[in-house]
Amino acid sequence: MIAAVIAVALLLAVAAYACAGGTDYGAGFWDLTAGGAERGRRPRWLIDHAMAPVWEVNNVWLVFIFVIMWTGFPTLFQTVFSAMWLPLALAAIGLVLRGAGFALRKPLRRIAGRRLYGAAFALSSLLTPFFLGAAVGGIASGRAVPGTEASAHAWANPTSILFGLIAIVSTAFLGAVFLAADAARFGAPDLVGYFRRRALGSVVALAVLAAIMLTVTRSDAPHIWHGLTHGVGLGLVILAGVCSLATGWLLLRRSGAWSRITAVGVVAAAVIAWGAAQRPYLIPTSLTVAEGAGAPSSLRWVGLVTLVAVVVVCPAVAFLYWLDTHGELEPLSGADLRETGLRETGPRETDTERAEPGRDQPPVAGHAGTQTPGHGGTPPPGHGGTHDPSRGGATDPNRGEPENPSP
Amino acid sequence: MHTTVTLLADAPAQLLPARQLMAFTLASHIILVPLGVALPLITLVMHHRGLRRNDPVALLLARRWSAVMAVQFAVGVVTGTVLSFEFGLLWPGLMGRWGGVFGIGFGVEAWAFFLEAVLIAIYLYGWRRLKPRTHFLLGLPLPAAALLGAFGILAANAWMNTPQGFTLDAAGKPVDVHIWSAIFTPMFGPQYWHFVVAMLVTAGYVVAGVYAVGWLRGRRDRYHRLGFTVPFTLAAVFTPVQMLLGDSIARSVFRKQPVKFAATEMVWRTDTHVPEYIFGRLHPDGSISGGIKIPQLDSVLAGFRPGTRVTGLTSVPASDRPTATQATLAHWAFDLMAVIGSLLLLLALWYGWCRLRRRRLPRSPWFFRGAACAGVASVVAVECGWITAEVGRQPWIVYQHMRIGEAVTATRSTSLWIMLGLVMAVYVFIFGSLLAVLLKMRTGWRLADARPAAGERHDGPETDTPYGPRAPVPAGDPPSPGGPGAPQDEDGRP
Repeated sequence: MIAAVIAVALLLAVAAYACAGGTDYGAGFWDLTAGGAERGRRPRWLIDHAMAPVWEVNNVWLVFIFVIMWTGFPTLFQTVFSAMWLPLALAAIGLVLRGAGFALRKPLRRIAGRRLYGAAFALSSLLTPFFLGAAVGGIASGRAVPGTEASAHAWANPTSILFGLIAIVSTAFLGAVFLAADAARFGAPDLVGYFRRRALGSVVALAVLAAIMLTVTRSDAPHIWHGLTHGVGLGLVILAGVCSLATGWLLLRRSGAWSRITAVGVVAAAVIAWGAAQRPYLIPTSLTVAEGAGAPSSLRWVGLVTLVAVVVVCPAVAFLYWLDTHGELEPLSGADLRETGLRETGPRETDTERAEPGRDQPPVAGHAGTQTPGHGGTPPPGHGGTHDPSRGGATDPNRGEPENPSP
Repeated sequence: MHTTVTLLADAPAQLLPARQLMAFTLASHIILVPLGVALPLITLVMHHRGLRRNDPVALLLARRWSAVMAVQFAVGVVTGTVLSFEFGLLWPGLMGRWGGVFGIGFGVEAWAFFLEAVLIAIYLYGWRRLKPRTHFLLGLPLPAAALLGAFGILAANAWMNTPQGFTLDAAGKPVDVHIWSAIFTPMFGPQYWHFVVAMLVTAGYVVAGVYAVGWLRGRRDRYHRLGFTVPFTLAAVFTPVQMLLGDSIARSVFRKQPVKFAATEMVWRTDTHVPEYIFGRLHPDGSISGGIKIPQLDSVLAGFRPGTRVTGLTSVPASDRPTATQATLAHWAFDLMAVIGSLLLLLALWYGWCRLRRRRLPRSPWFFRGAACAGVASVVAVECGWITAEVGRQPWIVYQHMRIGEAVTATRSTSLWIMLGLVMAVYVFIFGSLLAVLLKMRTGWRLADARPAAGERHDGPETDTPYGPRAPVPAGDPPSPGGPGAPQDEDGRP
C-alpha cells in the first residue's frame, strides 16, 4: 500500500520534471534553431530572460526523482543505472554543459564566446532529453531486467529511440508555448507569433510521433501498449489528446493565455498515462512495485519527506513563479553593481569592452546592436522595463527607461 | 608492497577509474560548497549592515556578492546534479543494497536544496522591485536552508562511516530499518559541526582574501576596508571554534573508527605511549621514514594521558584496512589540515589582538599577505579534511559492511576511463570559465569604480536609491563621449 503511494509520488515527480524541466529544455531547443547571431538575437534574448530566474529550481526535480528512487525503490535505481549506463552518463554530461553554458553565457560580451557557450547550452538541450527519454523507453519496453549489465540493447531499440524523440518534441512544444506567453509578458508582440507558429508545428509533430508510437509499441513493448489502449491508460491518452487539441485551438486564438495550462496538461497526462500503463510494474513484467519496494519504514519516511517537501517547497515554488510572472523579479543591471560617487577622484579610464558590438542587446527591431559612444539621444533601452510591458522599454528604443520617477 | 599488489589484483578493473571519477567530481564540487553554504550568510550580514546604517557601500558590496553568488550557485547546481547521477552510474551496489537505509538524508537535502534554489532566485532577482525590508526578510531563510542541505549530506556520509539503524537478514539484506538512528549516527554530530564551521570559515577567508589583495595593492578605501573586515571578522571568530571542533572529531574517530584513526596517525601496532608523527611515510612492513617524531604525544592527544591505548592498523587483517600508501595519504592530508588550521588560528589571534586592544586593523603588510593566502589555504584544508575522511575509511564504502569493490558498477573500465577523460575536459572548461567570468566581473567593477564623474552623470540617482525602480534618463541627454555611464547590459553583469 505505502509502496504504491510512493510509486505515485515518484510518477508525479517525473511528471513535474517533464513539465518544468521540459519547458527549460524546449527553450534550449529554440535557442539552437534560432539561427545565426543576428537573426536569432531576439528569440535568444527572450529565452535568456524567461529562463534566468527559474532554471535552477526546475533542475532540482531530477535530484528529487533520484532520491525517491534510491530510497523507496533501491532495486529499480540499481537496475536502471546499471542497464542504461551510457545514456544516463551522456545525459549527466549534457546537464553540466547545459547549465554551465547557460549560466556562463550571460556575463560574456564577446560574440565568439557567447557562440561557444550558447552552442554548449543549445546542443545539450537537445541531447539530454533525448537520452533521458531513451532510458525511459528502455524501462517501458521492459528491457532493463534486474541484473542486466550495461548494454546498447537496453536503450538502442525502436521504443527507446521513439521515446527520446518524443521527449525532444514535447520539450520543444512546452518551450514554444511558454515562450509565446513570455513574449507577450515582455512586450515583444512579433515574438508571440514567432513562438506560436513553432508551438503549433510541435503539436503536429507530437501527434505524428504519438501515432507512430502506438504502432511500434504494439509489438516492441506489448505491456505498455496494452496499458495505453485500455482502461485508465486509455483515458489519460485521450485526455492528452484533448489537451493538445485545446492547446492548438488556444494558440490559434489571439489571446492564448490558457495555452500554458493545457500544454502542461498534455505532457503531464502523457507521463501519468505511461505510469498507469505500467501498473503494477516498475519495470514491465520483471519488477513489480511490491517487489522493488525498499524497507517499509524507509518508505514511510520517504512519504514524510515528500509531504514536507510539498508543504514547504510548493508554496515557495509557487511564490517564485508568481513573483516571476508579475514582474517582481528583475536582474541587477550594471549600474546596480557600480560604485558611483563614493570617491572624490579617480583616474578616468575608457572601458573598451563597453563599446564592443555583439553584446546581448535588447530586441530592438532595426537596431543593429552596436552601441557606440555618441549614439545621441537614445538611452540604452531595455533594462528596467523588461518584465512589465507597461513600463515600456523592451521594444521601443526611445523609451528605454521606465517613466516613473524615483521616489 | 606485497599486500598492495594482491589487493589491487583482486579488485575489479573498473574500481580504479570509478574511484578516480568520483574523487575528481567531488573534489571539484567541494570547492564551490563553502561559498554555496556560507556566502549567503556573509552577504546577508553585509546587507543588514547596509540597511541598518543606511550605508551605500555595504549595500553595494552585498549586491556584488549576490552577483558572484549567482554564478557560483549555478555551477554548483550542475556539479551537484552530476554527483547524484554518479551514485547510480558508479556505485549501483551501494544504492541498491543500502539506499533504503541511508538514502533518506539525501531526501532532506533535496528539498532543502529546492528551497535554497527558490530563495536564491528571489534574493538575486528581487533587489530592484521588492521593498528593501521584504527583500531582506525573504533572503533571511537562505542560511537556514543551506544548513539543512548540509544536514542531509552529512547524515548520509556519517552513516557510511558508522552505519547503524538496521539488522541484517539471513541473505545479508538490511531489514528492520530505523531511520532515526540511521540519520543520527555517532559520527554525525562531530562531522556536521566541523563541516558547517569549516564552510563558514573558508567562505569568510576566501571573500576577505580578495579585498586583502586589493589592500596590498594600495586600494585602501572604505569599500575595501568593509569588504575585508566583515567576512574576515566572521571567519576569525569561528577559527578557534573550528580548532576545538577538529580536536573533538579526531577523538570521535579514535573511539568510533579506530582503524581510520590508526591510519591518519600512522599507528602500526596497538600500544600505549604511542608517539605522534608529523608527516613522514608509512611502509608496508610498518616502519615509518621521515617526518618529525614526538614521543608519547599521540596517546596524550587521544586520551589526555600517555598511558592511553591506541589501536593499531595490524589489529585487523590487511584486507580490512587502508594500505600503507592510503594511510600515508590520509595522514598527510590530516597533518596538512591541522597545520593550516593552526596558521589560520595565529592569523585570527593577530587580528583579534589588534581589533580588541588597539581598535584598528593590523598595519603589517605581512598580516594582509597572510590574509590573502588564507582563502586558498582554507580551501586546501577543506579538501584535506575530505581526503582524510574518505581515504581513512578504505577499503570500506560502508564501514565494516560493504567494500568499495562490492559497490562498484559492472560497466567496462574502458568506458569509465573515457568518461573520466570527458568529465575532466568538461570540468576544466567550466571551472576555467567560472574563474574567467569572476575575474571579468571584478575588472568591470574596478573600472566602474575608478570613473566616478562619468558614472555619476547617469547613475547618480542610483547611489541614493539602491532600491526601487530605476530613475528615468532625461530625454535628449546624450551619453557623455568616451564613457556612456548607463549600462547597456541586459543581464545585469558588467
